[in-house]
Amino acid sequence: MYRYDKYDQAIVDARVEEFRDQVARRIAGEMNDDQFKPLRLKNGLYLQLHAYMLRIAIPYGTIDSRQLRVLAHIARKYDRGYGHFTTRQNMQFNWIKLEDAPDILAELAKVEMHAIQTSGESIRNISADQFAGAAADEICDPRPWAELIRQFTTFHPEFSYLPRKFKIGLTASDNDRAAIKLHDVGLQIVRAADGEMGFRVFVGGGMGRSPFVASLVREFLPAGSICSYLEAILRVWNRHGRRDNIHKQRIKILVHDLGATEFARQVEEEWRTLQRNDDDIGLAEYDRIAAYFEPPLFERGLSDELDLSDPRFAAWVERNVDAHKQPGYAIATISLKPIGGIPGDVSADQIDLLADLAEDFSFDELRPTHAQNVVLPHVRKADLYTIWQKLDAAGLATANLDLISETIACPGLDYCSLANTRSIPLAQKISERFADPARQLDIGELKLKISGCINACGHHHAGHIGVLGVDRKGTENFQLLLGGSGAEDASLGKIVGPGFSEDGVVDAIERAVEKYRAIRTPGERFLDTYRRVGVEPFKEAIYV
Amino acid sequence: MSETAIPSSLRFRDDEPADEPAVSLDAFLDQPEAVSVRIEGGDDVRLLEPAFARLKLVEVDFPRFRDGRGYSSARILREMGYHGELKAVGDVLVDQLLFMRRCGFDSFAPNAPIDLAVAVRALNQYDFVYQQAADARVPVWKLRHG
Amino acid sequence: MKLITGNHLSEGHVIWWTGDGWSRHVEHAVDVGDKGEHIAQTEATACRVNNPYIIDAQPSPNGPVPNHIKERIRATGPTVRPDLILQPADQSAGSYVI
Repeated sequence: MYRYDKYDQAIVDARVEEFRDQVARRIAGEMNDDQFKPLRLKNGLYLQLHAYMLRIAIPYGTIDSRQLRVLAHIARKYDRGYGHFTTRQNMQFNWIKLEDAPDILAELAKVEMHAIQTSGESIRNISADQFAGAAADEICDPRPWAELIRQFTTFHPEFSYLPRKFKIGLTASDNDRAAIKLHDVGLQIVRAADGEMGFRVFVGGGMGRSPFVASLVREFLPAGSICSYLEAILRVWNRHGRRDNIHKQRIKILVHDLGATEFARQVEEEWRTLQRNDDDIGLAEYDRIAAYFEPPLFERGLSDELDLSDPRFAAWVERNVDAHKQPGYAIATISLKPIGGIPGDVSADQIDLLADLAEDFSFDELRPTHAQNVVLPHVRKADLYTIWQKLDAAGLATANLDLISETIACPGLDYCSLANTRSIPLAQKISERFADPARQLDIGELKLKISGCINACGHHHAGHIGVLGVDRKGTENFQLLLGGSGAEDASLGKIVGPGFSEDGVVDAIERAVEKYRAIRTPGERFLDTYRRVGVEPFKEAIYV
Repeated sequence: MSETAIPSSLRFRDDEPADEPAVSLDAFLDQPEAVSVRIEGGDDVRLLEPAFARLKLVEVDFPRFRDGRGYSSARILREMGYHGELKAVGDVLVDQLLFMRRCGFDSFAPNAPIDLAVAVRALNQYDFVYQQAADARVPVWKLRHG
Repeated sequence: MKLITGNHLSEGHVIWWTGDGWSRHVEHAVDVGDKGEHIAQTEATACRVNNPYIIDAQPSPNGPVPNHIKERIRATGPTVRPDLILQPADQSAGSYVI
C-alpha cells in the first residue's frame, strides 16, 4: 500500500500544527462556532449528540496493522474503548474532546493517517472496491488512481469552499462493489480497444433528500487527463451550483436541472480551457504510486482444497469467503453485524485482533467496506480455518454476509444530532427476528439498509429493503422502501406506503420477506422477484 | 520560502493601487474609461477578457466565507492572463488567505480586521502543495520527478 | 417548562443550564421561561457553551424530563450502550428515555 514520502508527511504534519492553532484560538474564545465549524469539519470533527465525533480517513478503504493498532490505542486513550466503521470506509470515534483533537491528529500523523476533508463541504474520502488487487474481474487495481486523485483533491485551493460535500468512488470492474453510481463522481477504469487506459465518468449520483443514480457524462476519458477533467466538473459546479438552499446544492441537483447532456457540454467546454493549464499529474507520478500496489509475493503451488467438515466453519466459508484471482488464496469478509450487535462497531480489543489477522494472514492489509464490514483481501485457503477460529473466539465470525441480518445501519438518534429516529435498535430487532441461520440462507441475498434520517448515511435508497426513520409528531416512525441497489444495476428504492412503529416495521419486513418466499421462482433473490412483479403484491402483503 | 517578517498590509503588490472606485460588471463593460470592477458570485469573469488592457483592479466579493465561487473567478482571471490587482473583499477570514493567494488574489479587504502576525503564519503554514494553481508554487508531484 | 441544553466547548459533553452555570445532569436544569434566547446567546458569546438551544420539558419528582426523545437520549446516553450512560449505577436512568 502507499507510503508517505517526505512531502506527504510534511503536508500532514503542517495540517496538524495548523489545526492545533485553530483549536487553541477557539478554546480561547477568539473564534465563534460559526467561524470554527468549517475548519473543524475540514478535520473530520463533528459536534454530535453526546460529544465531538472524529471521523478518520481510511483512504480508499486500505489500512495496515500498524495503523489499526493506533486506532485501537486512540479508542482506549481518548474515547470509550471502541470505534465504528462507516459506510464510506472511514472510522469514527464518538466521545472525543475538542482539546484532545490536536494530539489525536498528531498521533495519527505518525502512522500516515489523518482526518482531512472527511466532513464539511469538502471533497471527501475517495472510496474504492474493497476487493481491489484480489478480484479476478478487475482490469487493474484502481487504488493507484484513487491515491493520485486523493492527493490532487487534498487542499485544492479552488475547491475548498464548495456548495456541498463531494464524493468520488472508483472501481475497475464491471461488477461494481463500490457503488460508484451513487457517488457525485463515479469512475470506472476501462481499457480502450487499443489498450489505452481510461475512465468511464459518471456524475451526479447520490442519496439523501433527493437521490439520483449518476449519469454517464463521458464514455472514455484518457486516464492521464483525470485531474483536469475533475477540475472541469468541480469548476462548473462550484460556479453554477445553487447556494440558496442547502438541500439543493449537491452536484446531482445541477446535473438534474441542466440535464446530463448540457452538463456534459459545459464540462467539456471548461475542460478544453483547463487543459491549457497543464495541471494534469504526469504519468511518471502514476507509475511511482502504482509501484506501491504491486501484487504481494503470493506463494505458488498452494492447494485449493478446504476441509469443510466443521459445519459452522463451512457456513462461514460459504457466505463470507470469495474467490481470489491467485490459486490457493481467498478473500475473506469479516461481518461486523453479529446477531443483536451494533453494525460496524468494534472494540479496541477487536481492532487489535484485526491488526494481528491482517499482519499474520493477509500481507498486512485490511479493507473496510461501505457496508460497514472489513475484508482480509489475500488469505491462503490453508489459513482460513485458523482465522475463522480466532474470529469466532472474538465474536466476529458471523456467517451472514449479504443476508438479512447483515444490516447496514447509520448510528442514528443514539449518537447523531441530525437523526429523527434510532437505527441500531431496529437493526438489532431485525437480526434477532431472523436469527435462525437456516431461515436466513433460505431467504438468500437481501441487503437491508437503515437510515435514521433523510441524510441517508445508512444508504437506505440502495437497499433491497430500505428503512427511513422519520419524526411523526414527536415519535419515531419508520418508512419502508423496496427495490434499491448500489451495484452496477443501480436503482433507488420506492416507499411502499404509510410508516410504522419500530416493532411494526419489523413485522412489515417479515411480511415482505414471506411474500417473496411465496412467489419467487428458483434462483431469484428478493430484489429479482421485486423487479419482476413490482411493488403491488408486496404492498398488499405488507398492509394486510 | 518561509518569510517570517510581518507584512505592513494585506496587499502583496508593489505598484500603486488603482484609485478609481470599483463599479459593477455591467457598468464596467458599459464604461470604456473604467479601470476597476467589482465581481459578485454569479458574475462571469470571462466577460472581462477583452478589457484586460485597461483593467487595473478586480474586487471579488465574498458575501459569506462559505461561498467559494470567488476562488474560481480568481483562478480563471489568472488563467486568462490578467496581471492586475485581484482583491478578495468581504467575509474573508485568516484561514482562507492561503487558498486565496494560491488562486491568484494579491490583496485583501476583509470585513473584520485580520491580525497580520496570524496572517503571515497562515500563509507560511505549508511548505508543499499537491496541485498547481495560480501562484508560482511547484506541486509536489513535479518536485518528485525533477 | 423550557430548558437550555448545549455541549461543553472544550470537552464536548452535554450540559444543562442550572440558572447560574452549567451541569452535566438534567435534574439540575431550571426553567428559563422566556429568557432562554438571551441566556443562550450570552453564554455562547462568552464561549461557556457550544451550540446551546432551548427545549420543552415536563417537571417530575426526579427533575425535568425533556419532551422529545432526542433530548432524553442526550440526558442519559446511547440507548444501545447501557454501560455508557451518564449514571450507569442508576438502573432506572434509561427507562424513561424511550
